[in-house]
Amino acid sequence: MADMSLEDAKHGQQQFLSFIMANEEYGVDILSVQEIRGWEPTTVLPNAPDYVKGVINLRGTIVPIIDLRQKFGIKSLEYGTTTVVIVVKVTMEDAQKIIGIVVDAVSDVFSIEEDEIRRAPDFGHETDLRFIKGLANVQDKMVILLEINRLLGSAILPDPDTLSRILDNIDQQSQALSA
Amino acid sequence: MDIDLSQFSQVFFEESIEGLAAMESELLKLDVDAPDPETINTIFRAAHSIKGGSATFGFMAVANYTHLLETLLDEIRDGRRRMTPDHVDMLLHSVDLLRGMIDSLMNKSEFNDPKLPQLEQRLAQALASNNAPETSQPEPAESSAAPVASDADSAIEDCWYIDFKAGFDIMRCGNDPLLMFAELEAKGEVQVSLLPPQFPAWDDFDPEGCYLHWQLKVITDAPQKSLQEVFEWVEDECEISYQRGCSTVTGEALQAADDTVDTQVGAISQAGAVSQAAVLGQSISQSTSQSVNQSQAATPIAGSSLPTATAVTPIEKAPQAQAAKQAASAKNAESSSIRVSTEKIDMLINMVGELVITQAMLGQIGQQEEINQESLLLLQQGLEQLASHTRDLQESVMQIRMLPISFAFNRFPRLVRDIGQQLGKKVELVLKGEDTELDKTVLEKIVDPMVHLVRNSLDHGLELPEARLARGKSETGTITLNAFHQGGCIVIEIVDDGAGLNTEKILMKARQKGLVGPDEELPEESIHQLIFKPGFSTADTVSDLSGRGVGMDVVKRNIHELNGTIELRSEAGKGSRFTIRLPLTLAILDGQLIRIGKHIYVVPLVSIYESLQVPSNRINKLSDGHELIRLRDEYLPVIKVFREFNHDADAKEIKDGLVMVVDNNNEKTGLLVDELLAQQQVVIKSLEDNYTRIPGISGATILGDGTVALIIDVAGLVNLAGISNSKEHAA
Repeated sequence: MADMSLEDAKHGQQQFLSFIMANEEYGVDILSVQEIRGWEPTTVLPNAPDYVKGVINLRGTIVPIIDLRQKFGIKSLEYGTTTVVIVVKVTMEDAQKIIGIVVDAVSDVFSIEEDEIRRAPDFGHETDLRFIKGLANVQDKMVILLEINRLLGSAILPDPDTLSRILDNIDQQSQALSA
Repeated sequence: MDIDLSQFSQVFFEESIEGLAAMESELLKLDVDAPDPETINTIFRAAHSIKGGSATFGFMAVANYTHLLETLLDEIRDGRRRMTPDHVDMLLHSVDLLRGMIDSLMNKSEFNDPKLPQLEQRLAQALASNNAPETSQPEPAESSAAPVASDADSAIEDCWYIDFKAGFDIMRCGNDPLLMFAELEAKGEVQVSLLPPQFPAWDDFDPEGCYLHWQLKVITDAPQKSLQEVFEWVEDECEISYQRGCSTVTGEALQAADDTVDTQVGAISQAGAVSQAAVLGQSISQSTSQSVNQSQAATPIAGSSLPTATAVTPIEKAPQAQAAKQAASAKNAESSSIRVSTEKIDMLINMVGELVITQAMLGQIGQQEEINQESLLLLQQGLEQLASHTRDLQESVMQIRMLPISFAFNRFPRLVRDIGQQLGKKVELVLKGEDTELDKTVLEKIVDPMVHLVRNSLDHGLELPEARLARGKSETGTITLNAFHQGGCIVIEIVDDGAGLNTEKILMKARQKGLVGPDEELPEESIHQLIFKPGFSTADTVSDLSGRGVGMDVVKRNIHELNGTIELRSEAGKGSRFTIRLPLTLAILDGQLIRIGKHIYVVPLVSIYESLQVPSNRINKLSDGHELIRLRDEYLPVIKVFREFNHDADAKEIKDGLVMVVDNNNEKTGLLVDELLAQQQVVIKSLEDNYTRIPGISGATILGDGTVALIIDVAGLVNLAGISNSKEHAA
């Protein structure tokens, strides 16, 4: 099957790891995923934003952990044994950084043709939505594909309220699609 | 096909810089009146390696210049020229110039220092002047040969005789001599003559082999290098030699020379031996690697027998790096690579071997079906071994980063000599403890502060010879650099026997600048501390050496950034002593673990004075919310760390907790903590790699249980707390 994936790459196919957060499915480029771990207590960083949960020791490297729910302005869940941390490699300002993101659960790995990715709907207002790479339909589900470098990088995210409104909008749209 | 030489040029740069450092230190050691031949040899070898390397990489400006140096050094070495102080000076300047040239090559920037033509001229003049020792009787030919040699690489239209004996397998390798000749033709006029081939008997004849031997005469203005390039691909398998004639010679002479050369060239190819080559003067033979000495021996003969033949010293492919390797280079410390002694590597390999054995042993125990008393004992032993090996391994790995401080010290003899001359002061520099090792990163960062302190000592500290004599001191001042280990730190002392600090002058200046109140009296110690204040200088005239007042505060800040301290002791009329104390390494820190609420932090042990409980009657509250404690006769501000870091703590009031007194730029500050835990060495990890800088935190470390603890940056914490100057509060 190794040949297959090589072929896939040639034809502009991309593989995504999808995860679930607040009943929404998101996808990140699988090449940026380094590993998936369970939640473990972190060392809290003083004066850090709420969504930065602290740092952990990942085999000798100090890795910050970010709660994606809080980054999106969604209410954080109580962390438990099923809480998952996806460790991703992000390129920020030409430097590679390793960051862990807390999500509700990991869902699936799927391949998508480049032309199957629909652009995120334009919401008209001056919200920077470049952290959303696009939308994709996978087995009748809508997955929001995230541009991880922009999401965690220097780009300023819209404020949590706007963001959750946008996410609601996307949600409605996907329901309209499936209807 | 083309080999990308640029990947090797970094090695050349490093070796050149080392070579230059070697030249410099040897020159400074050199006794002009009775030069040690070995010293001159070392200098010569360094110059020679640089020349060889630069020519290989096509850095012709460097090669041409070093060639001049080499010629001069060669004459001195052979005793044909007497060393003069002027030579030493010129050579030292050349070292600087070459350093500049190599720097600009490294940065790929244009090099045009007006000093280059000046020095080149000076060198040429020096070479032209006849300054032979009376003891030897120079032949006139020698002095004439040398100047000609100096423009060996210049672009007069030259005639080259190339003796080309094709390698037997040349055709099989796909190289066609005809194509090479055609390429030569593109460079100038070529005459090719084939020597009578010496075929073997018919039965032994290999139709695919090549038995041919040519002689070529090329009239071209191209440098030798470009001729060599033509044969670059075959030079290993063929016998090629180059002999230079000169086309400016008139017809008959040319013909005559031609004949001589022809016969002689024939001679080489027959014998193929270096000794024969000597007859021809300095010919370059690439198939036989000629040593410098042999070719030098050839010079006089070349001068007399073939006056028009110019000498070209052989280009050696393998740089003689031994001398350069031994020589410590201060610059080298700044490059990103590091030279590690084989001894250290062997030690590491040994240790890893031990580790593997222990691992195998533990593995064996792990595979046993059940753990009984006996195997438990073995397991414990194994784990103990593992622990000790790990510790040893860690130590030896740290050792790799350790370099002797001579890397930093080595630049000072030159500095002291130059500045001393400039200021008209007589100075002797004493270096002690040069073998003391410290971390490479620390070493790199300590050089600049040290340079500054030494300059200061020279400029402000030491007096002029007359003043010294008047004070009953010896005419020559002494500056001592001393390095030694003391309790996990490295201590560097910079001591001079000069005038010491002028406390009155300092106090006066400080009053002028408003650093000290007009009527305020200070103890001598505190006056000395004033020189570390920003913008402070007592020098009457601003020179390019010192006196701009942007010095001591920067020195102090740099040292603080390394987690080090600097102390000053000075006695009027007797001299001053700066003591720098630095951690051995930046990667490992002696830390005190503290607990505040649920959080564990590390405070660098070097910055802690003491920890104590403070009763409420010694706590004063200021109107701006800051709190001060009275400790003996001092008032210290106390930072409530939990408040700055926005988390919970057991002790919210000073009287309930512990106050840890820490150093912040020589001022004491208290930190309110809940509990002191263990003291231990911690490995510093960067937070910035994957996150950003956090105010008040200098880094992180991993504790024994695998969790992360943050390391407190005292200066950052003080900034965070908004305490500007504790002294002001105290006053």
